[in-house]
Amino acid sequence: MADTNTTDRLPPAVRTEALESLLTERGLVKSEVLDGFINRFVNDVGPMNGAKVVAKAWTDPDYRQHLLADGTGAIKELGFAGPQGEHIVVVENSDDVHNVVVCTLCSCYPWPVLGLPPEWYKDPAYRSRMVREPRTLLSEMGLDLDDDVEVRVWDSSAENRYLVLPQRPEGTDDLGEDELAALVTRDAMVGVAKVSAG
Amino acid sequence: MALTLDIEGPAAPPRLNGELVFDAPWQGRSFAMAMALVEGGHFTWDDFRDHLIAAVQRWESDPVGEYRYYERWQEALESIVAEREIVAGSEVDELAAAYAARPPGHDHDHGGHDHHHHDHAH
Repeated sequence: MADTNTTDRLPPAVRTEALESLLTERGLVKSEVLDGFINRFVNDVGPMNGAKVVAKAWTDPDYRQHLLADGTGAIKELGFAGPQGEHIVVVENSDDVHNVVVCTLCSCYPWPVLGLPPEWYKDPAYRSRMVREPRTLLSEMGLDLDDDVEVRVWDSSAENRYLVLPQRPEGTDDLGEDELAALVTRDAMVGVAKVSAG
Repeated sequence: MALTLDIEGPAAPPRLNGELVFDAPWQGRSFAMAMALVEGGHFTWDDFRDHLIAAVQRWESDPVGEYRYYERWQEALESIVAEREIVAGSEVDELAAAYAARPPGHDHDHGGHDHHHHDHAH
């Protein structure tokens, strides 16, 4: 197995192990630092951050304005910042417009508010079809939109990471911010689902 | 670094409609290495993204097997560290081959200096 052709097919687990070992030798990474990053994303950073942002925007009109004008700044105000969160643009759903987010080139995603992307978001089929036939794909994912609703597809880039501000479901007037946050799902903030009252 | 679960408030169950962040431990290692190198100032996320896009496109122009995002991530990581002359691709190949050739139940030898002498030429 010395020829270079076969090394391409080495399992990724040994390739990452080898790279970590070589980077560690050079003093560029430390095992416990990597553990810390992993724990942070597995345990601490996830869609609940985004849910809190959405719930605040639903209950506080000034915050909503701020969020739509300066997503990154308004999100930072709640304490959510970090890599891939530098240029977050928030797009608002309404009765007439439904927004949905994709990254056609790789899988850009607003980590500080949504955590790391789910499997389907990274899938080549999602990435190409959401641009070509968003209505069909959304319907397959369980979201049927009326024909008179305009669908806007936002392609994430190095410049902009998008977050969808879903519509507040009816019948939730009595709920407080925390209760509302519990209703907000990751899928709704990517734009492939709506928020339901529970 | 905090290892705590977010237990405050009703938004606490973090995976309302979620799934495991990493399917296998190596995916988390690969992810975290990129993060560490960005934080260390060795390259930026935008630079890494360019390599990730290239790796994704290489697969899409010649799809072999199932698409696996973190394999493309690892490929991008290897290509950017090679480009920045941090770690040469041949070094990764060589050490990975040596690791792959270990017998089952081997002792892990992270960071050892003897790996260049492993016999993996068969």
